[in-house]
Amino acid sequence: MAKNRIKPSEITPEDVFLNRRQIIAGAVAMGLLPGFASDAFGAAIPADGESFQNIAKWPKSLDAEPNSWDVITTYNNFYEFGTGKGDPSRYAHLMKTDPWSVEVTGEANKRGRFTLEDILKPHGLEERIYRFRCVEAWSMIVPWVGFPLGDLLSRFEPTSRAKYVQFFTLNDPEQMPSVRYPVLEWPYREGLTIEEAMHPLTLLTVGVYGKVLPNQNGAPLRLIVPWKYGFKSVKSIVRIHFTERQPQTSWNMAAPHEYGFYSNVNPNVDHPRWSQASERVLGGSGFSALISGRQPTLMFNGYAEEVASLYTGLDLVKNY
Amino acid sequence: MPRRHEPHAGVAHEMPPHEGAQQAGSRPGASPSFRILPRDRIALLKVVVAAGCLVPFAIVFAKGAALIPFGANPVEEVLHSMGKTGLNLLWITLAITPLRKLTKQNWLLRLRRMLGLFSFFYLMLHFLTYAVLDRGLDFGSLVVDVTERPYITAGMLGLVLLIPLAITSTKGWQRRLGRRWTKLHRLIYPAAVLGAVHFWWQVKADIREPLVYAVLLGVLLGYRVVDAQLRARRRREAAATVAAGRSA
Repeated sequence: MAKNRIKPSEITPEDVFLNRRQIIAGAVAMGLLPGFASDAFGAAIPADGESFQNIAKWPKSLDAEPNSWDVITTYNNFYEFGTGKGDPSRYAHLMKTDPWSVEVTGEANKRGRFTLEDILKPHGLEERIYRFRCVEAWSMIVPWVGFPLGDLLSRFEPTSRAKYVQFFTLNDPEQMPSVRYPVLEWPYREGLTIEEAMHPLTLLTVGVYGKVLPNQNGAPLRLIVPWKYGFKSVKSIVRIHFTERQPQTSWNMAAPHEYGFYSNVNPNVDHPRWSQASERVLGGSGFSALISGRQPTLMFNGYAEEVASLYTGLDLVKNY
Repeated sequence: MPRRHEPHAGVAHEMPPHEGAQQAGSRPGASPSFRILPRDRIALLKVVVAAGCLVPFAIVFAKGAALIPFGANPVEEVLHSMGKTGLNLLWITLAITPLRKLTKQNWLLRLRRMLGLFSFFYLMLHFLTYAVLDRGLDFGSLVVDVTERPYITAGMLGLVLLIPLAITSTKGWQRRLGRRWTKLHRLIYPAAVLGAVHFWWQVKADIREPLVYAVLLGVLLGYRVVDAQLRARRRREAAATVAAGRSA
């Protein structure tokens, strides 16, 4: 098993936790934060800009050792920064995540532009340890920090015609060197049915290992849809669009026969170019890491009990 | 160390005639050091090139021995490193002939066999990494991959084509096969094309890197086509001149 540099127990250093008020006060005194901020900072935004406080432990987390901080933050697919796995950690610092706002459009009563603070303020944070299964047949175990997406979407009061939700990633060539190349349809877009979006497992994610998401992991706001392949979990969200018709998704536009709208983790439906029956667990060191083998992939990435009912009557071979 | 003059017949296809002429010209009367130096240089060059060829393997070994850390996906790292190195060396092997002709540096030819064999070594390791480390020698999944996944079919076929070339790369086989050796070793062309196709079909969306390989291969193979046509034209012209001289 992988040795982790950061253990879950180290997520919020005790001294930071105990001194959080002084840290906020210090920031206010130095003029880094406006004076009223200490009120606005509920559970959501970390006072020191790094570590979240008051993270509740989600009772249904995977009982498995998470991958190390290094693995989680240096092996990323974030094509806006390059198509190599190491490109995002190399170039994502070019992205500015503060200030950040999200535009809400389409079939909802409350539309408009919302600041990150507006979005996060009312929500309490949870740490949820999920398995992250990439369509490329590898997986890692990640202690995400966030809250159910549905709690946020309800605040926008979607109308009865909101059958789907589409999400857009930031698309700025100044901050994202790779969007100059038409590798995918920019801005990166993804979508869920409204039922999937409202499902309690769907996490609007702001952190990992108790800390603010590193940019390469999709700061400041991303989805984690644990029963779907990783590319469904759109990063650095700037727009949420409620719609009646099934929305476009970037990978589906790039290769429709390889990446469907649903893209549920399914060991019985292979990617045309590789098997999805098993997956490589990331991490490890030395020769032992080379012979650690693969593990069988679970239906809906192990969350079948919770989500299978969303797809009753749907042919999952056709609707891959 | 005693030196042995190699008979021309054994290396004729490896050394073009004018190289033999150059050596012959430097034989009698020239100072012994002048005659020996090129051979020493070639030997030294071979050692240096071999050492360079082994660097990617040494890096993987150092990572296995935990002297350097692996990234997050060690098997993929080894797989890609071996495959890419194998392709690079295959392309370099194919560049020897054009480079030799354009620069008139005939000694380049002396490196070709070693480069080709190193390419085969890495491509074989690429295959073994996939079959043993990634697939765990699961025969069923290997069969499905090779038969149903076109990029793997292409890669396997390319590697299989290289096997007879590696086997017959020795001087003994060169002698035994004679002219057929040259014909047989033209299999490197379809093998390289299959390698480029394997790379292209394997990427998810970003085709820039395989595109570079394909373009370079196009240049390397295109050179041969153009070169052959030019030579054929020169032969025709020479024949026409001779014929004209006769009729006059």
